[in-house]
Amino acid sequence: MSVSLSTELCTRIDAWVRRFPAEHRRSAVLGALRETQKEYGHLTPERMDAVAQYLELPAIQVYEVGSFYTGFNHQEVGQRTISVCTNISCWLRGGEEILNHLSERLGVAPGESTEDGRFFLKQEEECLAACCGAPMMQIDHVYHENLTPERVDKILERLADD
Amino acid sequence: MIEHHNSYCFATMEAASPWALETYEAHGGYYAWRKILETRPPRREVVEQVKASGLRGRGGAGFPTGLKWSFMPDVEESYLVCNADESEPGTCKDRDILRFNPHALIEGMAIGCYAIGATHGYIYLREEFCEEPHERLLTAMEEAYAQGLLGENIRDSGITVELRDTLGAGAYICGEETALLESLEGKKGLPRFKPPFPASYGLWGKPTSVNNVESLALVPAIVRDGVEQFTQVGTEKSPGTKCFSVSGHVARPGNHELPLGTPFADLLELCGGVWNNRRLKAVIPGGSSVPVLPASAMEGLTMDFESIEAAGSLLGSGAVIVMDDTTDMVRALQRISRFYFHESCGQCTPCREGTGWLYRVLTRIVEGQGEPRDLEVLDTVPARIDGHTICALGAAAAWPVQSFLRHFREEFEHYIEHGRSLVTPA
Repeated sequence: MSVSLSTELCTRIDAWVRRFPAEHRRSAVLGALRETQKEYGHLTPERMDAVAQYLELPAIQVYEVGSFYTGFNHQEVGQRTISVCTNISCWLRGGEEILNHLSERLGVAPGESTEDGRFFLKQEEECLAACCGAPMMQIDHVYHENLTPERVDKILERLADD
Repeated sequence: MIEHHNSYCFATMEAASPWALETYEAHGGYYAWRKILETRPPRREVVEQVKASGLRGRGGAGFPTGLKWSFMPDVEESYLVCNADESEPGTCKDRDILRFNPHALIEGMAIGCYAIGATHGYIYLREEFCEEPHERLLTAMEEAYAQGLLGENIRDSGITVELRDTLGAGAYICGEETALLESLEGKKGLPRFKPPFPASYGLWGKPTSVNNVESLALVPAIVRDGVEQFTQVGTEKSPGTKCFSVSGHVARPGNHELPLGTPFADLLELCGGVWNNRRLKAVIPGGSSVPVLPASAMEGLTMDFESIEAAGSLLGSGAVIVMDDTTDMVRALQRISRFYFHESCGQCTPCREGTGWLYRVLTRIVEGQGEPRDLEVLDTVPARIDGHTICALGAAAAWPVQSFLRHFREEFEHYIEHGRSLVTPA
């Protein structure tokens, strides 16, 4: 089933297109996919086809970007994405314990979303560049540093009230 | 009391709104750029000044910034690209420059564009910076445009500098400069063969200079204060200041901009020493890619390019990862190896296959299933990766394994023999 991008989404994609010279629309692929994912929650071949059509590119040039970068989801995920850093600096200060705590509390393994569709516990491999605030996590790319299991609970409770 | 603390990149840190234009200007910001706009010196003069300052790239490789700029030819279309894809494990200084002193980067970009003869600059941020760091940068760019410090034919000077922000989408490899250029072109982040280097074939095939956030943020001070002032601190081969991200087992982890050549002991003290009254076991002095050093090698060591190299490691990105005596070095290495395995782009067979092999063997050892021949794999595979790949990720995956085995071999042997760690956990 083909997908047509909303006018509003196209306007947001245009903002990325405009950052580059007119002959280099391809440079906007990452931005266009990010905006599309924001709109729908995850990417599908049909949505990537629509992006390719909009940017006037062969579909493969969009698929290969969509599958290369870990920021893109290809299946339905929870509304909010939680990424816990367990790379070396966080690992040294209990990052894995934070991940285990979240995993237990949410009842999902890393890489899964909660049944109510509210949270996606991303399988994060990268260092998230807040090593001096370790252990840390991002929720929808907002940084939460110097975590303890208690602080994590409070953050989740606050989000539940939103 | 340490002198010259947070002199340039973090100069505005103590102010109420460190990121604001007026704060930056109160600290001498845009003086250098305004002067260039007024006097329009030959662009090569600016390159020579940066060259004479001895500024070495602060992203990890330490390549002289001025020399890099001197390779840029006089052509109609060329680009300056700022590498703000900060993702070397342990490194979190560029994020703080973006958050707290974005104008230093913008002025550095403006001067850099002028020096290399480019009218357009791109700032490539990792996607994970898309909230606070990106927003602060965007606000600062808007301020700079509004004040007539950026744009087309700025203040009728005939000088054009247009800056654009872009975001990645999650890939460590895009911190490699040619992978970053591929990503900017909207492609997979696969590093390119070099040569040709970006200075001859860069973004969209045009001459391009790719520079780290911190390197660019230091440029305004060099041009404003002059080479003599900048080289007053630091060592002969490592002039100026460096932002160190101190993480791991210290009482007060933090980012500190200090003169290169600062004793490690002073840096450690600034961070409250090793936490919980424990003893220092090891330090990775420049981000997880560089060789680990045992505590004995850190004693008396000064934090500059040449001293750390002489000690058997590298200054890298200035990410100082501290480990206390309760650290299980086998598990620590397993965590590091997992990262390089995941982030290998898969282009080169030695890296694609080798990083997975190393991670699987280390996992087997950690799980108590190690065999004596596993040590042989760990001894031989890294050398078969290092130097046999298009980019430095191969070396980055090899060096930790080699150095952990060099300094902590008994821990690996103990794991294999007894199926458990030699170290008593905390």
